[in-house]
Amino acid sequence: MRVIVIGGGKVGQTIIRHLSTEGHDVAVIDTDSSVITDITDNYDVMGVVGNGASYSVQKEAGIEDANLVIAVTDSDELNLLCCLFARKAGGCNTIARVRNPLYSSEIRYIKEELGLSMTINPEYAAALEIARLIRVPSAIKIETFARGRVEMLQVVIPQNSVLDGCSLMNISSKVGVNVLVCAVERGGDVIIPNGQFVLRQGDTISIVADPSRQRHFFTKIGINYHRISNTLIIGGGTIAYYLAKELIAAHIDVKIIERDEHRCEELAELLPEAVVINADATDQDMLMEEGLDSCESFVTLTGIDEENIFLSLFAQQKNPNAKIITKTNKIAIDSIIGRLNLGSMIHPKDITAEYILRYVRAMQNTIGSNVETLYNIVEHKAEALEFNIQADAPVIGIPLSELKTRDDVLIACIFRSGKIIQPNGQSRIQEGDKVIVVTTKKGFGDIKDILA
Amino acid sequence: MHYQIVRYILGMVMKVEAVLLLLPFLAGLVYREPQAFSFLIMAIVSAVAAFAMTFKKPAKFVFYPREAIVSVSLSWILISIVGALPFVINGDIPSFTNALFETISGFTTTGASILEDVEALSHASLFWRSFTHWIGGMGVIVFMLAIVPMTGGYNAQLMRAESPGPTFGKLVPKVKESAKILYLIYFGMTLVQIVLLLIAKMPLFDALCMTFGSAGTGGFGVRNTSAADYTMLQQAILTIFMILFGVNFNAYYYLYLGKDKKQAFEMEEVRWYLIIIAISTMLIAVNVRSYFSSAFEAFHHAFFQVGSIITTTGYSTVDFDVWPTLSKGILVLLMFIGACAGSTGGGLKVSRVIILWKSVRQQVSQYLHPKSVSVIKVDSHTQEKSVVTGVLVYFALYAFLFVGSMFVLMLDGRQDLLTDFTAVTATFNNIGPGLAGVGPAKNFNALSVLSKYTLMFDMLAGRLELYPMLMLFVPSVWKKH
Repeated sequence: MRVIVIGGGKVGQTIIRHLSTEGHDVAVIDTDSSVITDITDNYDVMGVVGNGASYSVQKEAGIEDANLVIAVTDSDELNLLCCLFARKAGGCNTIARVRNPLYSSEIRYIKEELGLSMTINPEYAAALEIARLIRVPSAIKIETFARGRVEMLQVVIPQNSVLDGCSLMNISSKVGVNVLVCAVERGGDVIIPNGQFVLRQGDTISIVADPSRQRHFFTKIGINYHRISNTLIIGGGTIAYYLAKELIAAHIDVKIIERDEHRCEELAELLPEAVVINADATDQDMLMEEGLDSCESFVTLTGIDEENIFLSLFAQQKNPNAKIITKTNKIAIDSIIGRLNLGSMIHPKDITAEYILRYVRAMQNTIGSNVETLYNIVEHKAEALEFNIQADAPVIGIPLSELKTRDDVLIACIFRSGKIIQPNGQSRIQEGDKVIVVTTKKGFGDIKDILA
Repeated sequence: MHYQIVRYILGMVMKVEAVLLLLPFLAGLVYREPQAFSFLIMAIVSAVAAFAMTFKKPAKFVFYPREAIVSVSLSWILISIVGALPFVINGDIPSFTNALFETISGFTTTGASILEDVEALSHASLFWRSFTHWIGGMGVIVFMLAIVPMTGGYNAQLMRAESPGPTFGKLVPKVKESAKILYLIYFGMTLVQIVLLLIAKMPLFDALCMTFGSAGTGGFGVRNTSAADYTMLQQAILTIFMILFGVNFNAYYYLYLGKDKKQAFEMEEVRWYLIIIAISTMLIAVNVRSYFSSAFEAFHHAFFQVGSIITTTGYSTVDFDVWPTLSKGILVLLMFIGACAGSTGGGLKVSRVIILWKSVRQQVSQYLHPKSVSVIKVDSHTQEKSVVTGVLVYFALYAFLFVGSMFVLMLDGRQDLLTDFTAVTATFNNIGPGLAGVGPAKNFNALSVLSKYTLMFDMLAGRLELYPMLMLFVPSVWKKH
């Protein structure tokens, strides 16, 4: 597919990295020539220096043949303008990053009038992600498939858990819940396990389990499972606003600590149900006074990465039972941060890139392949793909135990006429099924690619 | 430096050369020459070596500019050594130094020869000599990128190190596709030229070799008289095609495959290139009128020589060493200017000369209006400061290397100054013949071994745009990561 990315910032670069390794023809437009040099040095893409909203610049990047234009510059207006022109010039699909809440509230109208295929609001997307984490405690991360009907949870096996030393074959008998372990992350490597695989404490496992039995599963393996009823948010920016709205709707009490008095007033007006506190969050006494040691969840959303990290560490020390979520914008060295016990990490830009990539892949699938949606899991080291099974697929009717799949592939879930089937060796895939496959190999385009 | 990556890329290049070496073998078989087997032997040897080198894939396929640059320069040295050995084995060029000089001269599309009697060579060797021009013209690495599946984002750095010109722009997003398009255009134009020469009744073997020579803007002929034996029609075809191969290939891309054909005619570089050719031809034609029986003939030969020199091919129809000083002077100037960036030609490149000229103009106006702010534009695109500085530094480096090489040649004490000067000019700019002792009717054999190796370095440096060859002498490049 031919894709033009306008804006070579962090989001743009993440998108470019993924699209170019997946073999798309990518052109990137940015006004800063050093950004373009940097990108073209590192990725096999074409770079054009110029204003992305200019027709001649778009033409140089090959707008006439483009299938998709993704506008992710800093400016909402420029993004919308780029997409509008691109749509007129090339008749291609367009994606714009629009973050101003004013536009967001009218996004449906804007999308329709400008013919946009998708808009993304990074702050809103991040807020949704955080809200989901707070609603499902204990799990580090949660992904949904099949339009939210299947959930994949990522948890770390705690010390002295029954799962420590347990092989996957015995897992169901040991915990009394039918769970499927799709991927195991151990020491930075991601493994797609088979039945003989033995789990250890400290492994991060991605599991698919029946939602109604999740609570039982967590208790059994030694993770505290209870519903969170309040949250303490540090920093009252846009993400905090969206997050508070989501949480309030889910009947979770929200307290926001914000430094700027003027912003506090705004928030108090917008969120009458929330408690808004005007204070500097680096003031430890104040934090204790506001219940740092007793809150059930703690989210750091200030604009300074270092401050977020230190506040989370402090919270972890004072209140080890709370669910802690740390947002960072720039610092994304997961291998170091992973050791710091900061709870769940949120990178808004990665989330934005991921949402866009999901759309791109889904779009590509309408051209030739059968992947319905694609999810990056376990820090991009593995993928979960949702396939539509067509009549001629070579996997139909064969019991899964006899299906010769690649080693790095696992069939996580079969979705048949509205029902979720947890696959076992006797399960057979039928025409019209949706099948979710987990793999560490990238670039699958069809269900037949999973075969060895 | 990740040596594994470099080894792997060199292996890939060797594989390509092993296949290419089969062509002169086939040519030799047609003429039933025993010399042909030397090419088969080298093909097998390099195939075996290549498989040994690429058997183990590098653990990590990441590389940085230094690996790319070193791979490119080492590839060129390696293919030249491998390509030289058949000449030594079959006895056509017994001295290794001479064989290497000839092969480097071939791959770098220089066309400077050490041979006294070209016609004494076997057909297989002649074919290989000319064929190296064709390969070297567009580049071995570019060829490899077009056919060998290599993934990863770093291919661009390989291609950049081999592509001539101050800036590097891809025609399409992917390096592989860009490389394919370039070779498609190259191959197509080569085919057309061969057919036209055959229609003009040139013998097949000559047509093939002369086309390879002009396509790569090389200059190795198959006759002792270079292009003088051919009919005027055949010479005219050669002239036109030499000039066409000296045009920036982007122009052909716009013309044949691009959506907007106008772009091809809006390229400032191509316009100046044609203007320079026209003016030089006119001046020389007038200047040498008395040497020929008719004005048309004077024009014909002036046109051929100008086309041959500015594109850095180096074919000749007459011995221009006997021409008046003005004509010789113009030709030497053309040697420095060279062809367009993104063509198969050598020299400074017209685009660099344009930027140099505009920089001078800018500097002059700066003296008149010290506070004035201006930018340099080419093709109505503002040139980044870094590009302009890059060109200026390139020119400085070019001058340093030029003077340095000339100094080494003077150590010989065997040649006069003009010979030394034009020998460096002709090799550094990848042209071929110079003036006086290395004029079109003479050759480079008389030089000392030291001078020959210096000129070999100059040829490689000129072809690869100076820096890649220079990098080999930077100690920190060789340090392990």
